[in-house]
Amino acid sequence: MAKKILEVHQLTTKYITRQGEDVYSVDHVSLDIEEGKSLGIAGESGCGKSTLALSLMGYYFAPLHYTSGEIIVDGKNISGLDPDTVRKTVLGSEIAYIPQAAMNAMNPTRKVGKFIEDVMQAHEIKMTKKEIRDMAEERFALLGLPTEALDKHSVELSGGMRQRVVIAISTILNPKVLIADEPSSALDVTSQKMVIKMMKDMMAKGLVKSMIFITHELPLLYNVTDDIMVMYAGQIVERGSAHEMVFDPIHPYSRGLMRSILVPEEGTRDVKLTAIPGTPPNLKHPPAGCRFADRCRYATPACKVVAPPLLDIGGGRTYRCSFSVDQLREVYQNED
Amino acid sequence: MKTEEIAVAREDTRESVTFGADRNKDFSKEPLCLSGRGVTRVFHTGKTTTVAVDHVDFDFHHGELISIVGESGSGKTTLSKMLLGLLEPTEGQIFFHGQPRDISTNAKKKEYWKGIQAIFQDPFSSYNVFHKIDSVLLDCINMRGGKSLPREKKVEMMTEACSFVNLKFAELTNKYPFELSGGQMQRLMIARIFLLKPDILLADEPTSMIDACSRATILDMLLNLRNETGMTVIFITHDIGLAYYISDSVYIMEHGKFVESGKADKVILEPQAPYTKRLISDVPKIHEPWDLSTVDLTAGN
Repeated sequence: MAKKILEVHQLTTKYITRQGEDVYSVDHVSLDIEEGKSLGIAGESGCGKSTLALSLMGYYFAPLHYTSGEIIVDGKNISGLDPDTVRKTVLGSEIAYIPQAAMNAMNPTRKVGKFIEDVMQAHEIKMTKKEIRDMAEERFALLGLPTEALDKHSVELSGGMRQRVVIAISTILNPKVLIADEPSSALDVTSQKMVIKMMKDMMAKGLVKSMIFITHELPLLYNVTDDIMVMYAGQIVERGSAHEMVFDPIHPYSRGLMRSILVPEEGTRDVKLTAIPGTPPNLKHPPAGCRFADRCRYATPACKVVAPPLLDIGGGRTYRCSFSVDQLREVYQNED
Repeated sequence: MKTEEIAVAREDTRESVTFGADRNKDFSKEPLCLSGRGVTRVFHTGKTTTVAVDHVDFDFHHGELISIVGESGSGKTTLSKMLLGLLEPTEGQIFFHGQPRDISTNAKKKEYWKGIQAIFQDPFSSYNVFHKIDSVLLDCINMRGGKSLPREKKVEMMTEACSFVNLKFAELTNKYPFELSGGQMQRLMIARIFLLKPDILLADEPTSMIDACSRATILDMLLNLRNETGMTVIFITHDIGLAYYISDSVYIMEHGKFVESGKADKVILEPQAPYTKRLISDVPKIHEPWDLSTVDLTAGN
């Protein structure tokens, strides 16, 4: 079995609102990623995808607070460290994070090369400017980026190029885990393909050892990651390989998501899309039973009372539902 | 628990949507609703001249659902503004019901807008925040000449419009638009269109700010609206998979020109123009492999 790069045990984090209420947007999440593998996280807006990404870094700032659980990166427990230590020893070197608006992350008055010097300085790495420059040029060439970009301001680069430059800068210290939160959602399809290609290259060349990819675009996730995990209302509802999740989802919510996929392929035009009615529950007062029960077409009165645990059915697959896999499959079959 | 006991007890809104009689209906025999010949828009900024829309011809037939697909900067928004009469073409002519469109005066513009309405990308900026939801819908009834109708009749019409988009009118009265979610606001927008019953609906990326699962609802409601009222729907999007699902005809736009147009099946499954081919091959798919090996990372350096 390959080495586990990232292990998360029962991680719980909360937002504290201005009224002093607790909102548990990441609720007892456990996951692990092996070396060389990637994990995709899917779910609708507000399900906790982005909060999970922030929580995984171990770097918390108000209103987000750490509650309980462990985050272990390559054998090293980073949960509960103070923010300064996390900034110096974890961010960038152990875990790198690319936020949604990464394209606008760069200060427009500084040149790209300067940001790489900043990264080195923040991590107290002793290198001369010449050495940093050589390293940066080498890395840019390796990733297919023009070395002239180092002497440019961010506004001089196109959107796709800017995104790739940000990814190159944030992974310059070869982090063990790369967390990408919607890295390509603001780009057109051609630039998106280039960003994905570069991220896959980085994995293949071992510059990053594992990747967490967050997006609501399921066809993209299917093509990028090995595994897909679906989140709903702060909890994991299902995890499996990308192929299993898209073509054989078990949880009613995952099934609903997969049936909303739109791709320009033969036959897809004649299959009616299904929507999931309703809205996710308010996490200030999460429901006592299954969190999806209110929107689930198969829910029974018992579902609203008893919260189902996350069941492991082997082969890396887990799901959270009171019904057995066979029951659900039979119901799905009768529907089609 | 037995499988039979997993009853489909909840009222299911999903099955209420139908595609209509024929997904491959030939609309070319229907009368023309909106058409254009040599429509061009040139912008001058300082010394530079930008041709945003460059001599495009189009024929939108009655009851047809048309998608205009293009990437950012292709000119699709400029074209939609011209179709709506918010911008005048610098060259060329737009025909409305076969007659040259005349929107030279404000009165004529208002008359034209009775025939064409729009839904925009951002539902949050589509409403006047000081107006409650019932007044938003009441305005629509008044615009259609229903000002003198009795109050009960108006409420009945508003209730019908809301139930068409799966909203409960009784729960919405006395609420402001910003109290709704993005998907609900966009549905309320469709309820408005349902009351206004224009000949043409122009939908400019109405689902790009909405989740995938709510997106399906909106799309099906637009299809329903077309099927029930027979209005022409012009759908503007950058998502070619979405365009394929929803439309009868597809126009592909690049640098202000239509590079390819025709029935959805033909354009998407047998693309001819190199641009269309590239666009389709660059979209991630689930049945065919998404080939990353041909991507040249140094392109454009």
